[in-house]
Amino acid sequence: MTAELGHFALVLALAVALVQSTLPLVGAWTGNVAWMALGRTAALAQAALALIAFAMLTVAFVGSDFSVVNVAQNSHSLKPMLYKVAGVWGNHEGSLLLWVTILALFGAAVAVFGGNLPMSLRARILSVQGMIGIGFLLFILLTSNPFLRLDPAPVDGNGLNPLLQDPGLAFHPPLLYLGYVGLSVAFSFAVAALIEGRVDPAWARWVRPWTLVAWCFLTLGIALGSYWAYYELGWGGWWFWDPVENASFMPWLAATALLHSAIVAEKRDALKSWTILLAIIAFSLSLLGTFLVRSGVLTSVHAFATDPARGVFILIFLCLVVGGSLALYSFRAGELKAGGLFAPMSREGALVLNNLLLATATGSVLLGTLYPLFLDAITAEKVSVGPPFFNAVFVPLMTPLVVAMAVGPLLAWKRGDLAGALQRLKFAFAAAAIAVLAGWWWLADGPVLALLGLGLFAWVTVGVIVEWAERVGLGRVALRDSLNRALNLPRAAYGMSLAHLGIALTVLGITASSAWQREVLTILKPGDKVDVGSYTLTFEGARQMRGPNYTALQGSFAVAKGGQHLYVLQPETRRFPQPPMDTTEAAIESTLAGDLYVVIGEPDGKGGYAARLYWKPLVIWIWLGAVAMAAGGVVSLTDRRHRVGAPSRQRAQAAAAPAE
Amino acid sequence: MRLKVLLPLLVFALIAGALYAGLSLRPRDIPSALIGKPVPAFELPPVQGRNAGLSTADLTKGEPSLVNVFASWCAPCRIEHPVWVELAKTKEVPIHGLNWKDQPQAASRWLETFGDPYTRTGADISGRVAIDWGVYGAPETFVVAGDGTIMCKYISVVTREMLDEKILPMLRDLKRTGKTSRSC
Repeated sequence: MTAELGHFALVLALAVALVQSTLPLVGAWTGNVAWMALGRTAALAQAALALIAFAMLTVAFVGSDFSVVNVAQNSHSLKPMLYKVAGVWGNHEGSLLLWVTILALFGAAVAVFGGNLPMSLRARILSVQGMIGIGFLLFILLTSNPFLRLDPAPVDGNGLNPLLQDPGLAFHPPLLYLGYVGLSVAFSFAVAALIEGRVDPAWARWVRPWTLVAWCFLTLGIALGSYWAYYELGWGGWWFWDPVENASFMPWLAATALLHSAIVAEKRDALKSWTILLAIIAFSLSLLGTFLVRSGVLTSVHAFATDPARGVFILIFLCLVVGGSLALYSFRAGELKAGGLFAPMSREGALVLNNLLLATATGSVLLGTLYPLFLDAITAEKVSVGPPFFNAVFVPLMTPLVVAMAVGPLLAWKRGDLAGALQRLKFAFAAAAIAVLAGWWWLADGPVLALLGLGLFAWVTVGVIVEWAERVGLGRVALRDSLNRALNLPRAAYGMSLAHLGIALTVLGITASSAWQREVLTILKPGDKVDVGSYTLTFEGARQMRGPNYTALQGSFAVAKGGQHLYVLQPETRRFPQPPMDTTEAAIESTLAGDLYVVIGEPDGKGGYAARLYWKPLVIWIWLGAVAMAAGGVVSLTDRRHRVGAPSRQRAQAAAAPAE
Repeated sequence: MRLKVLLPLLVFALIAGALYAGLSLRPRDIPSALIGKPVPAFELPPVQGRNAGLSTADLTKGEPSLVNVFASWCAPCRIEHPVWVELAKTKEVPIHGLNWKDQPQAASRWLETFGDPYTRTGADISGRVAIDWGVYGAPETFVVAGDGTIMCKYISVVTREMLDEKILPMLRDLKRTGKTSRSC
């Protein structure tokens, strides 16, 4: 019964989405207030219906109702409860339902929190949101229905892919989808503005918090996925430039660019057409990611079970959404009046540089991801460009970006004083120089790139502090006044500082963990000792053990430093019977200074076991940096101007003075 | 100005075209390195309760055959299984089952429940032999010529139509002349 209810709720949601996507749009066109107001009701109804459908599928998974095909294929009665729930979105059909549910929730959020938007704009936004909803609901109902029944029902299910049975991965998809789908709001704002033919600072101010919300979730989702790959795949790597990772990274890069260009649009009424384009591109890249993952066009470890019919459907949908919005853009963008002028050396100029670099980076990732496909289409050769391409492209792009990150916030709007800004950054210069020299002296054989990374980290960190000190007038005014100013700085300023610090921390983590990693690959017999970094590990042996739904080989390594026993690490290789698969559970001792990472492999049949042992200095900062970025986004969201003084079009134009 | 705002649309059209081409390329047909090569050297015991195991020698006796990778835990295998049971009744071609990463009792019970179309079976419990065959999922089906050359590899479910239109005509060629000009 539950499955039928869920199915029915989805069909109803489709009907509601049809209403939501048409009537408010017509209402906004003809000035019919009742029809415009319908958008709000419809968005709320759609959210309720999507939640019902989602709840019904969850009930089927929690109750192990194997008469539902989707449950039978992806769940198992012995699975721990967390993974029964996570199983709901651990498969193609269920994850699409999660997509639709989140989409509907974002629509409802616009309906509820968008009270300060002009009625016609809100109606149009909700209509566009409804159109996206139609596409995904049709996709589910026509090709990927999670509520299909199986007769006769099997006694037990197939089980969830053991790699996915992990707390990190249970939350990775929802976070990522909140990011992907959150960008749909920015997209709807952009399309609604194009339909209206009006983009002004107020628009940019409204769209920014929505982008920020999506960006925070996307940042956390990507970081969590990367952390999962790090500890679960057992290769010790954390980013593989896999097509599906790229699929999540491209929208992130575009959304980061959008966040920055929206500032220019808001403060200076410039870059409007570009900001609109970025909003369209960011969401288009989310959709492209969906296409890549689910159509089987590119081979990837993440790919869902694929089906050509689905691929064709998403491609048509992609063409309608992206092609349609870009066509609308090409019609309307010419009519958008360009805003204020500014010198290249200014805050705006720095933000334009940021956008150029981020857009190039996005394009490079897109090219690297699709190049194998292009080549296959033209010459039928199968290739993979892999990490060498991306690393070669990324370092030269990110270096100037990070360098400029410290300078930009010190430049004034309209016309900045570069010499003055650099003058004020003398401490950052000094710090970067010291960091490079210290790195060189400490580890003379370190790669040059590592020194660059260290320098960038010191540059940005001190740059952020310098910028804060400037704002509060540290040293220029009395300490008490500085403190007062620090307390009264807008939260958005702190948000920016925190996010920029996060970048610096991530750069530090990437640099240190890749340049100064120690790796030992060996066969160990009980009693053998190995030195990794400054630690000595003693292999104490391995034993078989049973888990709730797997058997495991567990090795024990006693860890000592300087002759002193510290702790025991117990890596496992787990064997799951259903579906049959082995997973490695690396034992990781994580500290802020670095991770000790131990993996146990197959026995060699002569009493020894293959083992891989790593010392990864500062690696945890890669993800702590990402957390700091997201935290910066959250802090910025709590800024007064998002809560108080609902911006109206006139007032916002008057309030062009820098609030940041 | 007009051209500048059209640019994003043009770029997207290019990408969409490549994606469409990509769909029809069926990229999951990663070219098997084994096509045209002899079957790998292996020897497997039969699935529990059966007598005839499967080895390289069994595939090089002059008669073309099919090798089907299956497992009791594999739901799609259950979908294609009736096709093999039907084909086995005609006795037109020997079908050998490569039982991949399965538990002995489960495999045996599965064959008893759904019918056993296999002339010979090989129980590849550890999955080592499947690696040599380049197997990366179940079901997969190989067309093997009488001299043990791998002619074709089908990934995922084989349907009745595929059998009638592609696989059986090729096998008939192979039976008659030992050669075929048909493609997979």
